[in-house]
Amino acid sequence: MNSKLYKIGRRLLQAVPSVLGVIVISFVLTRALPGDPAVYFAGAMADQESIQQVRQALGLDRSWIEQFFIYVGNLVQGDWGQSLKTGQPVTEELLKRLPASMELTLIGLGLAIAVAVPLGILAATNPGSWVDHVCRMLVTAGVSLPTFFTGLFLVYIFYYLLGWSPSPLGRLDIVYLSPPHVTGFYIIDSLLAGDLETFRGAVAQLILPAATLGLFALAPIARMTRGAMLGALASDYVRTARANGLSRATVLMTYAFRNASLPVLTTLGMVFSFLLGANVLVEKVFSWPGIGSFAIEALVASDYAAVQGFVLSMALLFVAVNLTIDVILTMTDPRVGLGD
Amino acid sequence: MKRRDFLKSVGVVSSASILPFLKYLPAEAAGRKDTLVVVAGHGINSLDLHRKGTNRPSYQVTVNIYDRLVRFGVKTLEDGSLSYDSTKIEPEVAESWTISDDRKTLTFKISPKAKFWDGSQVTAHDVKWSFDRAVSLGGFPFVQMKAGSMTKPEQFVAVDDMTFQVKLAKPSKLTLPDLAVPIPFIINSKVAKAHATEKDPWATEYLHKNPAGSGAFKVVRWDPGQQFVYERNEAWALGPKPGAKRVIVREVPSASTRRALTERGDADLYMDIPAKDSQEIVAKTGGKVKVSGAPIDNCLHVLALNLKHKPFDNVKVRQAIAYAVPYSDIIKAAAYGRGKPMFGGKNMKPTDIEWPQPFPYDTDLDKAKALLKEAGMSSGFETTLSYNLGLASWQEPTALLIQESLGKIGIKAKLDKIPGASWRTAALVEKRLPMHLENFGGWLNYPDYYFFWAYKFGHLFNSSNYKNPEVEKLVDETLHMEVTDAAYTANVKKMIGIAFEDVPRIPIYQPYLDAAMQSSVDGYASWFHRQLDVRGITKDSV
Repeated sequence: MNSKLYKIGRRLLQAVPSVLGVIVISFVLTRALPGDPAVYFAGAMADQESIQQVRQALGLDRSWIEQFFIYVGNLVQGDWGQSLKTGQPVTEELLKRLPASMELTLIGLGLAIAVAVPLGILAATNPGSWVDHVCRMLVTAGVSLPTFFTGLFLVYIFYYLLGWSPSPLGRLDIVYLSPPHVTGFYIIDSLLAGDLETFRGAVAQLILPAATLGLFALAPIARMTRGAMLGALASDYVRTARANGLSRATVLMTYAFRNASLPVLTTLGMVFSFLLGANVLVEKVFSWPGIGSFAIEALVASDYAAVQGFVLSMALLFVAVNLTIDVILTMTDPRVGLGD
Repeated sequence: MKRRDFLKSVGVVSSASILPFLKYLPAEAAGRKDTLVVVAGHGINSLDLHRKGTNRPSYQVTVNIYDRLVRFGVKTLEDGSLSYDSTKIEPEVAESWTISDDRKTLTFKISPKAKFWDGSQVTAHDVKWSFDRAVSLGGFPFVQMKAGSMTKPEQFVAVDDMTFQVKLAKPSKLTLPDLAVPIPFIINSKVAKAHATEKDPWATEYLHKNPAGSGAFKVVRWDPGQQFVYERNEAWALGPKPGAKRVIVREVPSASTRRALTERGDADLYMDIPAKDSQEIVAKTGGKVKVSGAPIDNCLHVLALNLKHKPFDNVKVRQAIAYAVPYSDIIKAAAYGRGKPMFGGKNMKPTDIEWPQPFPYDTDLDKAKALLKEAGMSSGFETTLSYNLGLASWQEPTALLIQESLGKIGIKAKLDKIPGASWRTAALVEKRLPMHLENFGGWLNYPDYYFFWAYKFGHLFNSSNYKNPEVEKLVDETLHMEVTDAAYTANVKKMIGIAFEDVPRIPIYQPYLDAAMQSSVDGYASWFHRQLDVRGITKDSV
C-alpha cells in the first residue's frame, strides 16, 4: 500500500511541470490575443481618456513580466483574480459553475454508459445480427449530429411540441429555490437537505441536456466495448472457461467483460474530458450556468483572470481524472502498474 | 424481494411523492398573475452603474431600482405602441424646478414624497453625493455627465435639505435631459457612506451587490449568470403603482430557446427579439404573442467611409457609393422590414430639421458609375468592407449585399469580419477601417448631439476621420443652443445639408427595437436606453 501511495505521489509530482506550463501559456495567450479589455469595459461612449483610466484601474498598463509575477503571487495565496465581466472573484465563479457542468457531464456520461455498454456487449455477442446493426446506426447518428442540433431537436420535440419536459430555463425551474450549498451538485444537495421536491425538479431539468450529451458520448463507448469484447471473447482464457463448463453469464461478465473493461475505462477518461468541452453548446441551448459558457463569455470580453482561471482549473481536473483512471486500472488489472 | 412486492412499494412511494407538489398547484396559478417572467440573452454583472466594467444590460437594473431628479414622459405612437417622449420632462424626485434668467443655474425642489427604502427622506445632500460620485468615478458615467456640461463636483450645490442646484459655466439645452438618463441616479448616501472605506470612498464594493435607493422596485435576489428578481417597493410614491409585484429576469443565452419559451407561454416578455423572429412569432401563435417596437431615436445604421484611406477622400467617390448601396434589399433581407428607410429623399437640401431623415440617395447604378467616371475611377478599385461579428445578425447580410452591389460598379470589396471584442478598438479608437458598418445612436434626441459625436473630428463615433471646419463651427455653436433659438433651425439645416452633400456616413435605415410579449402583458414602452423599464408594465389575468 505504501509503495502505491508513493507511486501516486510521484505521478502527482510529474504533473506539476505541465500545470506550470499551462499557467504560463494561458497567461501569454490571453494577452497576445486581439481585443483590449480596457476598451471593452470602458463601455459605450468611452474615449481615449476614459479607456486609459480603466486600463490603469485594471492594472493592465504594467509590463507583462510584472503582471505575471503579481498573478502568480496572488495564485499562491489562493486569489485567482477578479472576473471583470461578472464582477465576482474567479474562485467563486468557478466553484459555482464547475459543479453545474460536472453534474451535467457525469449524469450524461452515466446515461451513455448505461446504454452503450450493454449495447456493445450485445453487439459483440451477436456479431452481424440486427442488434449489431442497430448499435452501429445509433452510434453513427449520435456522433454525427452536433450537440447543439441534438439539443435543439430534443427541446423542439419534448418541450415545444409535446410539452413533456419542463422549460429549458437552467438547473432549476423558477418555483424552486436552490438547495443549501454542500457539494454544488443539486441532486446530492437536495437529498442531503431532505428536499424531495427540489430533487425532482433538478432531475427533471437534467433529463434533456444529459440525454443530449449522452447521445454524443454513446459512440466511442459503444464501439470500444464492442471491439474489446470481441477481442476478449475470441481469446484463449474464454475458450478454456467455456470448455470447463462455466455458465454463460460467468464467462461473459467475470472473464470477458472484466478484461474488456480496461480499454473502455481509458476511453472513458478521454470521453469525459471531451464532454466537458462539448458542454458549451448544450449549456447555451438549455441555459445551463456551466463552465463552458463562462469561458466563452470571458474570452469574448478578453477577461484575462477568468480565462486563465478556467484553463488552470481544466488542467488540474484533467490531471486528476487521468490519475483516477490509472488508479482504477491498477486495481482491476494486476498487469498494469502505476510506475513508469 | 418478490416482483409483486417491489411493484407495490414503488406504487406507494410514487403516489406519496406527489403530495408535496399538490400544495404548489393552486398557489402557483394565482401567484403567476402578478409575477412577470422576462427572458434576456445577456446577464447583468453589477447592480451599480457607476462601477468600472458594468455592462450595458446592467443599466436596466439602475432604471428600475433607483430614482432620478426627473424622467422622460411616455407617448403613444401611431400604431398604438408606447415610446418614451424626449420632449416631455416629468418630475420624479424633484417635484418642481426653475431655471435662472441667465440659464446657468437649475434649481430643483425635492419632493417630500421621495423616501429611500429604509424610510428616510431623500435630501439634497444625497443628490449631491450621488452626482459627485457620477463625475468622480470616470469611465462612461463621466463622459455622459459631461455631455450635459456637468463635470465637477463644485457644480452641484445642496442649498438646503430639500433644494438642490446645478450650476453651469455656459447655458445648455442638454443639461435637463441629461438628468433623466440612467446615469445620475440617487443613492442613499448615509447607507453608502457607512460602508465606504479609505481606499473605496464611493462604496463601490458595497453598492456593487447591495443597492441603496428609493426606486419602485428592489432587487431581492441575484444569481449571477442565471437570473435576478425584482420585487415591488410598496412605499414608492413618485409615480403610478407598477402593475407587477415580482419580475423575474432570467438569462437564456440561446435565441431559439428564448423564442420557444415565449411561444409556449412560459416567458411573458422577450426583450430585443431579432427582426426575423418578431415577424414570425405573431403569425405562429395566432396573436397570442404580440410584438411591440419603435424606431430607436437618434440612431442610424450607416455605411461609413474613412477619409484617411484613398479614394474615399474624394467626395464624388463617396457619392457614387451612396448611389450604389442596395437600400431596399437591405431593409428586406437584413432588417426584415423592421427598419425605417433613410434613403430616397427628394431634395439635395433638407426642408426641415427632422432627424434622422432620409438622405437624397437611392440605388441608381448608372448614376454611381457616372460619378466614379467624374472622379477618374471608371476602372474601379479594391478596398475592404469591415463589419462587427457581434452584430452579425444585421451586419452580415448588409455587408454581403453591399459587396455584391459595389462589384457591379467596379469596386471590389473584400469582407473583413472583426470579432466584437476587437471592434471598438479598430473602428472607433484607432479609426483604421476603410469601409465599415456603424450603428451609433445618441441618448439625447437632438440632431446636433448626433453630429457632435459622429461628425466632429477626433470624436469617438466619427470613425470616418471626417474633418470639416464649417461643421465644427456649426456644432460648437448649436450644441448648447436652445431649440427655440432663432439660429437653431438654420444651423441644423446647414449641418444636415453638408452631411447630404459630403456623405462620409451613408445612412441605410433607422433600426427598430422590438420586444415580444404575451397578449396579457400591457404597458411596455420603448426607451432610448434600449432596456426594459418594468415600472409601467401590467399583466392582466388571461
